[in-house]
Amino acid sequence: MTAHPILDVRGLHKRFGDHHVLKGIDFTVEPGERVAIIGGSGSGKSTFLRCLNFMEVLSEGEIRLDGTRIGLERKGTVTYPEKQLCQVRERLGMVFQQFNLFPHMSVLDNVMEGLVTVKGLPKPEARRIAEAELAKVGLTDKHSAWPGRLSGGQQQRVAIARALSMQPEILLFDEPTSSLDPELVGEVLRVIKQLAEEKRTMLLVTHELGFAYHFATKVIFLADGVFHEVGTPDEVLKTPSKPRTQDFLRRFGEFAF
Amino acid sequence: MNYVPDFSIVTDNWIVLLRGLLVTIEIWIPSILIGLAGGFLLAQARLARSGWLRGVSLVYVELFRDTPVLIQLIWFFYAFPILVGLQLSPYAAALLALVLNTSAYASEIFRGGIRSIHRGQMEGALAIGMSRAQAMRRVILPQVVKRMLPAFTNRTIEVAKMSSLASVISVHELMYQGRLLSSTYYRPFEILTAVAFIYFVLIYPGTFLAGRLEKHLARSN
Repeated sequence: MTAHPILDVRGLHKRFGDHHVLKGIDFTVEPGERVAIIGGSGSGKSTFLRCLNFMEVLSEGEIRLDGTRIGLERKGTVTYPEKQLCQVRERLGMVFQQFNLFPHMSVLDNVMEGLVTVKGLPKPEARRIAEAELAKVGLTDKHSAWPGRLSGGQQQRVAIARALSMQPEILLFDEPTSSLDPELVGEVLRVIKQLAEEKRTMLLVTHELGFAYHFATKVIFLADGVFHEVGTPDEVLKTPSKPRTQDFLRRFGEFAF
Repeated sequence: MNYVPDFSIVTDNWIVLLRGLLVTIEIWIPSILIGLAGGFLLAQARLARSGWLRGVSLVYVELFRDTPVLIQLIWFFYAFPILVGLQLSPYAAALLALVLNTSAYASEIFRGGIRSIHRGQMEGALAIGMSRAQAMRRVILPQVVKRMLPAFTNRTIEVAKMSSLASVISVHELMYQGRLLSSTYYRPFEILTAVAFIYFVLIYPGTFLAGRLEKHLARSN
């Protein structure tokens, strides 16, 4: 037992103008937990994930990473110094739906970039780490390729290697397979599964309910900006107690667990 | 036509034209370099969150884009000193006007370029812990420069040609020397043809190299 969760979210609200997307979320993550977040389009699940590494600035609430409150509160207003956010983002790796690889850099340079620019490692050492991460995602033969020449599945695996290279404590996956052709989904899910076997702490926003069932230690169904139902994969995906969750799962039809 | 061209007038006075060419280069290169830096800062202001910064940048850019360069040059030589009580040399006035003008155009190129880069690029960079400045330098700008190279090349050529306008406030650049020679010797055909040729020789290598660079940068497409 650790004294405190690695990630601790209290009273999180997010508004875009008049649009109230997240309406008071409390959430903790223990080391080694794997959380799958599911929900309909526009339910705010991606926004929630993006708030955690401050890709979106919270409207209200607080986030603690390893017990330390992020942001500075002075006279009731909270500011987020850039330096602190950079450190937070270094510790929370993120994989995006659209990969967001840097198209002007080779695959190897994409993975080395954070190590060199952010961590300030010498190039040979960065290269060694980047090569190891690329080997892990099965792309040893693509070091010098341009990202634009790779398939979507390969690009996403490079993006995972890039996130891993920073040795993050938590990995955030924002619908990592949603923009892939169906036949390319498997190769990316296999990599994520392998990371799960290493007992990494991960949060996954996904529509792949079958994968979520096997992947997660905890499943969250997000609806109307709140955690509508939270539980083990069996509880939420097989025997959901709330009608809204049941309805959502029914609309997904049959999927093999 | 029984006019017999005599280009010895040009070769005899090559030193005068060369002096003019050097002054042209002294206006051209700093205008471009300082103008690009200024344009980058103006573009940052234009894309800033602060409405005040955006407003200042917008007004500046429109003032310089929507008035003739010729007026700007003359204004900085004759009118600006009245305003600030400080007489500028013709060269300083020309440089100031062209730097400010180039900044305005370059800022529009940068702004368009930065906005054309997908938001995900900034996010991808921030997500691995980069600061905004690092992301701009390592991820956004290289892509902007690549995408905007034709526009920058175009502007560079324009400024080289615009520098000839500085002759009207008697900066002793190539055009000024050419006009001086032509009216001294009454040989406009030979001298003005030679001047045009020198401008061409000055500018063409730049466009050629820019084309090569464009091809080189396109290799990751």
